[in-house]
Amino acid sequence: MGVKQNTIELKDNSAYRRLKDKLFLWAVIVVSLITISPIVLIIGKLAWKGFRQINFSFFTEVTPSTYDAMIAVSNNEVIPGGIVNGITGTLLIVGVASLMAIPIGILIGLFLFENGQKPYANLIRNLSDILQGVPSIVLGLIAYLWVVKGITHGYSAFAGSVALTIMMLPLIIRATEETMKMIPGSLKEAGMALGVPYYKVILRVLIPSGFSGLMTGILLSISRILGETAPLLLTALGNPMINWDATAPTSAVPLLIWDFYNDPNMVDLIWSSSLFLMGFVLTLNIISKRIIAKR
Amino acid sequence: MNKNIDIIDSPVLKIDKLHIAYNKTDKYAVKDVNVTVKKNAITAIMGPSGCGKSTLLRAINRMHELYPAIQTEGGIYLNEENIMKMSPIHLRRKIGMVFQRPNPFPTMSIYDNVIAGYKLNGIRIKKSEKDKIVEEALRSVALWDEVKDSLHKKGTFLSGGQQQRLCIARAIAFKPDVILLDEPTSALDPIATSKVEDLLVKLKKDYTIVMVTHNMAQAARISEYSMFMYLGDLVEYGKTKMMFTNPRDKRTEEYLTGKFG
Ligand SMILES: Nc1ncnc2c1ncn2[C@@H]1O[C@H](COP(=O)(O)OP(=O)(O)OP(=O)(O)O)[C@@H](O)[C@H]1O
Ligand SMILES: [Mg+2]
Repeated sequence: MGVKQNTIELKDNSAYRRLKDKLFLWAVIVVSLITISPIVLIIGKLAWKGFRQINFSFFTEVTPSTYDAMIAVSNNEVIPGGIVNGITGTLLIVGVASLMAIPIGILIGLFLFENGQKPYANLIRNLSDILQGVPSIVLGLIAYLWVVKGITHGYSAFAGSVALTIMMLPLIIRATEETMKMIPGSLKEAGMALGVPYYKVILRVLIPSGFSGLMTGILLSISRILGETAPLLLTALGNPMINWDATAPTSAVPLLIWDFYNDPNMVDLIWSSSLFLMGFVLTLNIISKRIIAKR
Repeated sequence: MNKNIDIIDSPVLKIDKLHIAYNKTDKYAVKDVNVTVKKNAITAIMGPSGCGKSTLLRAINRMHELYPAIQTEGGIYLNEENIMKMSPIHLRRKIGMVFQRPNPFPTMSIYDNVIAGYKLNGIRIKKSEKDKIVEEALRSVALWDEVKDSLHKKGTFLSGGQQQRLCIARAIAFKPDVILLDEPTSALDPIATSKVEDLLVKLKKDYTIVMVTHNMAQAARISEYSMFMYLGDLVEYGKTKMMFTNPRDKRTEEYLTGKFG
């Protein structure tokens, strides 16, 4: 009798539990759909609207003139030309910014790691956190005052690089310090016990051991700045031609998107350029995820 | 202390009135230690957990300097030379160290781990000479046969016991005068332990070995001299045989007979 009752109760229970499981499952599905739908919608929209423009000349030719674009649009043709001046400009500006931000950021990160909780280390750590919160347009203004007015006496890729460097620094500093903290102290001791000078232990033992962590931080900081537009408007300005001179005005992919937005004849190019930029950032993100997974 | 020590002629190491505290405000972790260490012999440091064995050992190659809060007083002499006056880099090349937990460099191959002392210090030697040093060092830790076909694999792929022998190889490849070992076999199984013990006995022909061990049987098996420490004091130091058969201090006797520790 007691046994029977028990089984009945169990059955009831499991029905209730199954219902709960089902409800939960549906909740998970709905919530995940809400989360992924924006990204799917964005990529879908970009791909749908942009793929028509992505052809060989997109990567090899500079931006077309408004007149050429207008003719093409009125004939319902693909707009001629491409965005190679933006791509090379982005490479130049981001490249120079990385050349400055990576070594400086790693050095400051190592310094913070070494000096732990000392007051001045805490001060620098806090300043770096504050820096991360400064709006990028403000950094653009600063770079305009310092570099455009003070150094290159005119709009320049270098001024844009300075603004982006300041944006990258906090991310690289943080990544370096966190990575170094993860490396067991026994490795440092092993190196020191072999009579290796400390700076060599850092360069040849600690940094290689934390390479994937550093690399991830660097890639994420680059993907963070690739799409920055506001600071570049105030510094690099833009350039209809390919330019490799860091002291001259230079274009960049996000700057081109802004230009296209302001020119009714070039609207189609917005989508293809955005698709390209998005793909670039996604690729960097995927690479850094891969590096993390390999750790 | 120093009760049953017989005079050690021309010692390799002399430790004189050594005091160490981890902090200005802490009590001493090592108090007034005076010993001389015999050349080409194994000296064991024993004592219950927390008595200061590692602290004493790490003072000998100035590892404590990595942590600025640590206070050291007294003198340590390597072949009559004050180690505090030597450059720490030069000193650590003469006094190698093997840590309690194996710590091969994870980014380096087995080969590069063994040769790390040369490589990291930027000492250029010929490839043929490197090969010779690596083979010799790996042979002397009885690891050569196990790894000779995978020298260019990462050292971290080895088992714990093999990693520890790799770390000993790394220490001896650099041909120091003294090797310090902090419980080198505590992470190893009995077979690997006995391999390391055999190795140490072989090595003492060329090196002076100072070893911390929790394992009394191990100290009895391979060491000539033993120190017994208790709460930071060096309670007793002398020939291992004497200490085990006829300890002078009551605390040593109690520890050796397993009354505490
Ligand atoms: N990093 C440290 N900071 C502060 N005190 C420490 C530190 N390391 C050790 N001590 C203290 O110093 C004393 C001696 O420690 P030590 O590590 O030398 O002991 P040990 O004899 O090697 O012990 P074990 O056998 O457990 O390894 C202990 O009381 C310990 O609490
Ligand atoms: Mg210890």
